[in-house]
Order: sequence, then C-alpha cells, then structure tokens
Amino acid sequence: MSNFIDLFFNLDIMAQAWPLLLKGLIITLKLCAVVILLGLAGGLLLALGALSPRKWLKWPTIGFIDLFRALPPLVVLIFVYSGLPFAGLELTPFMAVVLAFFLNNSAYFAEVFRAGIQSVPKGQPEAAQATGLSQVQSLVHVILPQAIRNVLPDLLSNTVEVVKLTSLASVVSLSELLYSANMARSITYNSSPLVLAALIYLAILWPLVRLISRYQRGLAEH
Amino acid sequence: MLEINQLEKCFGTTQVLKSIDLSVKPGELVFVIGPSGSGKSTMLRCCNRLEEPTSGSILLDSEHVTECHGRALDKMRLKIGMVFQGFHLYPHKSVLANVMLAQVKALKRSKPEAKARAMEMLEHVGLAHKADAMPSELSGGQQQRVAIARALALDPKVMLFDEPTSALDPELVGSVLKVMKQLRQEGMTMLVVSHEMEFAREAADRVVFMDGGVVVEAGPPEDIFGNPKSERLRAFLSRLQPTTAA
Ligand SMILES: Nc1ncnc2c1ncn2[C@@H]1O[C@H](COP(=O)(O)OP(=O)(O)OP(=O)(O)O)[C@@H](O)[C@H]1O
Ligand SMILES: [Mg+2]
Repeated sequence: MSNFIDLFFNLDIMAQAWPLLLKGLIITLKLCAVVILLGLAGGLLLALGALSPRKWLKWPTIGFIDLFRALPPLVVLIFVYSGLPFAGLELTPFMAVVLAFFLNNSAYFAEVFRAGIQSVPKGQPEAAQATGLSQVQSLVHVILPQAIRNVLPDLLSNTVEVVKLTSLASVVSLSELLYSANMARSITYNSSPLVLAALIYLAILWPLVRLISRYQRGLAEH
Repeated sequence: MLEINQLEKCFGTTQVLKSIDLSVKPGELVFVIGPSGSGKSTMLRCCNRLEEPTSGSILLDSEHVTECHGRALDKMRLKIGMVFQGFHLYPHKSVLANVMLAQVKALKRSKPEAKARAMEMLEHVGLAHKADAMPSELSGGQQQRVAIARALALDPKVMLFDEPTSALDPELVGSVLKVMKQLRQEGMTMLVVSHEMEFAREAADRVVFMDGGVVVEAGPPEDIFGNPKSERLRAFLSRLQPTTAA
C-alpha cells in the first residue's frame, strides 16, 4: 500500500515536479485560449458559409467541415508538423498545434453554430428585416443570441474537448502539461507527476462538465 | 400611397400570384380576404420584399420598392411596418428592448430618444406597464400589440398586417382589433389580411377578394359582403358563414 502511494501519490515528487508542470499548464492554457478563440471565430464563419444560399460558397464550406470532422486530429497534427515541411512550410510546434487543432475545432464549432442558427425560427430574421435591420444586424442582435443560447451546452462540450485535445500536442514535443508531466516522470522514475497532471486536468474540466450537465437538465425541464 | 402593379410571383414552376393590381390610398384601410393558399401572405410579403417578386412593380409614395437593394432596401423597409400572424417578438429581449432595437440600429435614434418613443408606443397599445417584461410572460394578444408597437415606433408610412389575430384565443382578438381601429382613426394607411369579417365590415374602406393568385373582386365592404358578384366570392362567403349565406 505504501508502495502504491509512493509510486503514484508521492507528494515530495509532486512538489519537485510542480514548477515544470506549471510551465506546462501555462502552455496548455495558452493553447486552449488561442484554439478556442480561433475555433469559435472560424466555426461561426464556416457555419455562415454552410448556410449561405450561394452554392459556390456553401458546398466547399460543407466539404471543408466534413473533411476536418472526419480526419482524426492526430493525423492532421502530424501532417501539419511533419508533412508540411516537405512543402517548405516549417512551423514551430506551437504553431503546428494551433493550426491543426484550429482546422479540427473550427469544423466542430461550425456544426454547433449551424445547428444553433437553424434552431432559430424563420420568423425571427424576417421580423428583423421587416423593421429595416440589415442582414448583419439581424445576425448579431436577433439570430446569434438565440442560436448561442440554444446550443450553449454543445459549445461548452466542445470547449472541454479542446482542452483534452491539447494533450495530443505532446506528440510533437510541445511542452504542454502532459508532455511536462511525462518528462518529470522519466526524470524521477515515478508516476506521481502524471497523476498530478491528471488532477490538474480534472480540476479544470470537472466544473465545466458539471455545468454542462446542470444546463442540460435545466433545458430538459423547460 | 402603396401601389402594386402587375405583381407576379412564382415558387419554382408554380405561379402563386398572377398579375395583381392593387393600390392603397393615404389613410385607407384595405382588407384582403380569400381562401387558404390564394396568395394573400405572398402578396403582402412581396410588398416589403420578404419575398422577391418574379415580375411587376411595387411603389410606395412613387418610390420603387422593387428596385431597392442593400441599404436602400433596409431604409425602404423602415417605411413599411409589418405585423405577422406569429408575432415574432425577440424572445431574448424585453418588451422595451424589442420596440427599441430597430429604432437604434436602423433608424439611428439615440437610446433615450428610442426609449421615449418606445414608451409612447407601448402606452398607445396599452402595455406601458409591461415594458420590462419578457415576451414569454405576455399573452398572445399582448405580444401582438407589442409587435404592433415595434412596427409603429419606426414611423412607417404604411402598415401591413398578415392575419394578426389568427393565432389568438378568441377572447384576446378584441384587444388587437381595438388597437387597429384606433390606428385607422389616426389616419394610418393599412393593408390587412384577415378573416375577421366583422372587423372588415366596420373598419375597412375597401375589401379585396383574392383567389388562386388573382384579385377576383374588390369594392366597399357593403358590396363585397352584401352583394357579391362573382361565384367564387359567393362560395367563399357561404363557406365562411354558412348561416348568412344566401
Ligand atoms: N416559400 C414557398 N415555397 C413554395 N411555395 C410557397 C412558399 N410560400 C408559399 N407557397 C405557396 O404559395 C401559395 C400561396 O401561399 P400564401 O401563404 O401566400 O397563401 P395565403 O393566401 O396567405 O394562405 P393562408 O390563408 O393559408 O395564409 C400556397 O399554395 C403555398 O403553398
Ligand atoms: Mg397567409
């Protein structure tokens, strides 16, 4: 038993590994912030493209969304990081991860936004237009607030997925949280840093997951 | 004031409107009746270009509604108020915010100015005390009156009503019709699609009967209801009010 605690919950080793993990956590959080913000913006634009009446815009956009929803994110990441240099495009690990996850994540956010926008009754934009609002104003003030409210749990779920996704960045040696923890493990010959990393992920994501459940139950009750 | 000339509308290969001619003079209330699917809503929706006419022209104060695009069309729509069967209030905004939104964003009124105007209009439809309520807290009749206030706050030249009372419980219809009568007395120009025949008799200057995408008959309510000429109108009226059928 004490052996088990020594191997997985060794507080001394956790304390030793903490500075390294903190650095990793900061990179993870930066990565999340950039990928989520870009993903939200890209997802919204893609959703608008996919809903456009213009066929030349609509079909390529839908193709793009489908492609990056179907491709495993790790495949995209390794391609961007190791494949693109053959075409002369060499990215830092951070940039590669941002690009790969942006492609993946904007496609997911696009589907969420598209469902949200389609959940708003047609009468809403019609009422907005009939009162002289432009299409952009109708989108910003009438459609999007309702669309986002209708798919808020899905937007949050997607955000949770992004945080988890960033752990894949360890594959291209980006020293985010998981990579740092694994490094600490190999230095200390002890698994406690990995457990600590898991606890940190849990601390970030558990409240979000709770929030989503509560929100979904709230929606179901209404 | 509002002039519809040879308006045609096709959805794909089906022609829904066939050369409609109709004009509404300033201060006039023109009432449109007709069976379901006759194209009443489509005609109304062409007037503010929620539907794109296939051909023909629509003029408001001799300005071509049908030739506006982009910003010019948005501006033109400010002059054409529309009230829908389903109200279409913005559910995420308070009553007051519903009535203010287009004033601020489209008419570019200042917020205090828009608020004052909104309160004035809510007062007008008897709902000033509901300014801070959310639409979901109102009855259908109240929601529809807010929708009317929202349109009126933009100082439109003409108001289009598409079955404004059809979605309402019978006991709530009166409150909306009362507001419409009041509007008429104030000289608002109105084009109304509705099945409220009593209201048409009382308040309409002219009644237009549409069937199959054409205007079959038009005239003062006494003539349309009392002395229908076409067979189709007679059939329509008898189906509507079997007891009063000749
Ligand atoms: N967007 C559309 N696409 C295809 N057909 C349409 C569309 N909108 C309306 N129509 C058709 O046009 C015809 C006229 O419809 P419209 O809604 O104008 O009739 P209406 O007189 O308002 O009927 P109601 O009394 O039921 O409201 C109907 O046959 C309808 O099916
Ligand atoms: Mg209709």
